[in-house]
Amino acid sequence: MNVSIHSVGRSEMERRRPRRFPARASTAGTAAFLGVALLVAGCGRGSKPDQAQKQVVQNAGSDTIVNVAQAWAEAYAAVEPVVSVEVSGGGSGTGIAALINGTVDIANASRQMESNELARAVQNTGQQPRGFTVGYDALAIYVHKNNPLEEISLEQLALMFGEGGPTTKWSQLGVSVPGCDSDEIILISRQNNSGTYHYFREHVLQKKDFKLGTKDMHGSKDVVELIAKTPCAIGYSGMGYATPAVKMLRVSKTTGAQAIAPGIAATLDGSYPIARPLFMYTLGEPAGQVKKYLDWILSEAGQKIVADSGYVPLPERGPATR
Amino acid sequence: MTERGRGEVIVEWLVESLIRLCGISAIIFVFGIFFFVFREGAGVLFKGFDFREFFFSAEWYPTSQSHVRYGVLALMAGTASVTALAMAIAIPFGIGAAIFISEFCGPKLKETLKIVIELLAAIPSVVWGFIGLTVLNPLIIQLFHAPIGLNVLNGGIVLALMSVPIIVSIGEDALKAVPDSYREAAVALGVTRWQLVWRVVVPAAKNGLLAAVLLGVARGVGETMAVLMATGHAITMPSSLLDSVRTLTATIAAELGEAPVHSEHYQVLFVLGILLFVITFAINLTADLIIRGVRKP
Repeated sequence: MNVSIHSVGRSEMERRRPRRFPARASTAGTAAFLGVALLVAGCGRGSKPDQAQKQVVQNAGSDTIVNVAQAWAEAYAAVEPVVSVEVSGGGSGTGIAALINGTVDIANASRQMESNELARAVQNTGQQPRGFTVGYDALAIYVHKNNPLEEISLEQLALMFGEGGPTTKWSQLGVSVPGCDSDEIILISRQNNSGTYHYFREHVLQKKDFKLGTKDMHGSKDVVELIAKTPCAIGYSGMGYATPAVKMLRVSKTTGAQAIAPGIAATLDGSYPIARPLFMYTLGEPAGQVKKYLDWILSEAGQKIVADSGYVPLPERGPATR
Repeated sequence: MTERGRGEVIVEWLVESLIRLCGISAIIFVFGIFFFVFREGAGVLFKGFDFREFFFSAEWYPTSQSHVRYGVLALMAGTASVTALAMAIAIPFGIGAAIFISEFCGPKLKETLKIVIELLAAIPSVVWGFIGLTVLNPLIIQLFHAPIGLNVLNGGIVLALMSVPIIVSIGEDALKAVPDSYREAAVALGVTRWQLVWRVVVPAAKNGLLAAVLLGVARGVGETMAVLMATGHAITMPSSLLDSVRTLTATIAAELGEAPVHSEHYQVLFVLGILLFVITFAINLTADLIIRGVRKP
């Protein structure tokens, strides 16, 4: 045996090595084992039996509808415990986009699907979207509770909110708002993924664009909350979002005509000029749990929840479908 | 020469390659992100895109049914104004706090302050947005008689509060890195504490302090949720601090969800992303060049 310094050194290292590697190997091994165990546990949870029993219905879209959609989902959990309805907002545009991409079962929309959206849905998924009217909503014009203005016409709204509109001060409307020193009209609007925004643009602005400088809020509730804090503000949102800190104006079709306050009766008989149907869209004819859920929404139980949430239920003669 | 076992050599090579991969991955990810964003947005850039209207028009109407226009001037003005105000507030407070923590306070107070500032950094940005929306909003209306409380001032204050922890942490590290020999030499010459800080320590740490400031600016430019909620999200060219504005980041966040995939609107939103990328890159590059320039003499 060739005994040299190197072999001595090496055998010393060999003696030391077994002490280091096992320790390192055992920590590495434990970590790897824990990691794999966690992964397996995560997978295991998904394939447990009670997952198969609970069916999930994905429901997303209009922020106007989200409150009543959430109320429906909660009530339906008592009616059909095996079905779990998951509700989210995001705006009518977002819901429709999700339907086109096939990621939701039911899309809520406070406006009708446009022809190019229908075409894209057919192109992407091969199925024609089917719409159901599930209720009505009066679009209320909100101002701060101290604002002395009581009524407004669609023409005046267009001159205020529309691009190039000359109405920029409250004094032009003949009112002076306490707490609003600058007399400036602050326009509160919605972001352009909102069905409410689209409806307002189409029916009040006659498809013209909004004025630049509107404060674009994310949701229906945000509009009302901001108006409650801002004396100079005016905005539009669903009737169901009213709070004691804001005032809803009476709306007339033309200046000088009779102004109607938003309400259930005024919406159903068509006298309130800016009321719109609320839609739920599915891809193709709904089937299975989705169909049961929609039937329940269109039934008396579902429509009672619509009324309780501050929206307008379908008239007694039966649901209208599109 | 010690002979290495084959196992050792292989393990060495493996670990080195892994570490090299980790290092290169940073570059790969940055290029990957840029490539992805560019690919999604490129379609619209080469099909007769009106660059003049894009850069010089304030009219942003991507979903118009009558006249679609993509003008980002107001959006860029929004980002610039909110970030500028935030930096005007955050830099004096941040650098001042860093100097105080590093040079003037005792060890117990130092530990407490550092912990509190780290806590400030841990607050999620959406909570800051909420604070701007509910707390600062009525306060600004009351104090400044503003017509609306969601404006450049609100967004600027919120962003400043978010950037201060970053500036303080990195600034304090930079000041700590100044060798004690500088301080000892200055004290030996008989300077006061303020002279020591202002004439000796800060100039020695200016690279690090500049890096701290620029990271704060980068945070300001890239912040989305807080400015979405606190600035009023209105497309205007701001003429005063009390005007509402909209930033580039908030526009992307609000509109990408419903823009149909690969439509023109979608692609233009990715062009906004490219624009943000270029702005941040330009800021970082300027910073790097300044630091290098400052280092030479």
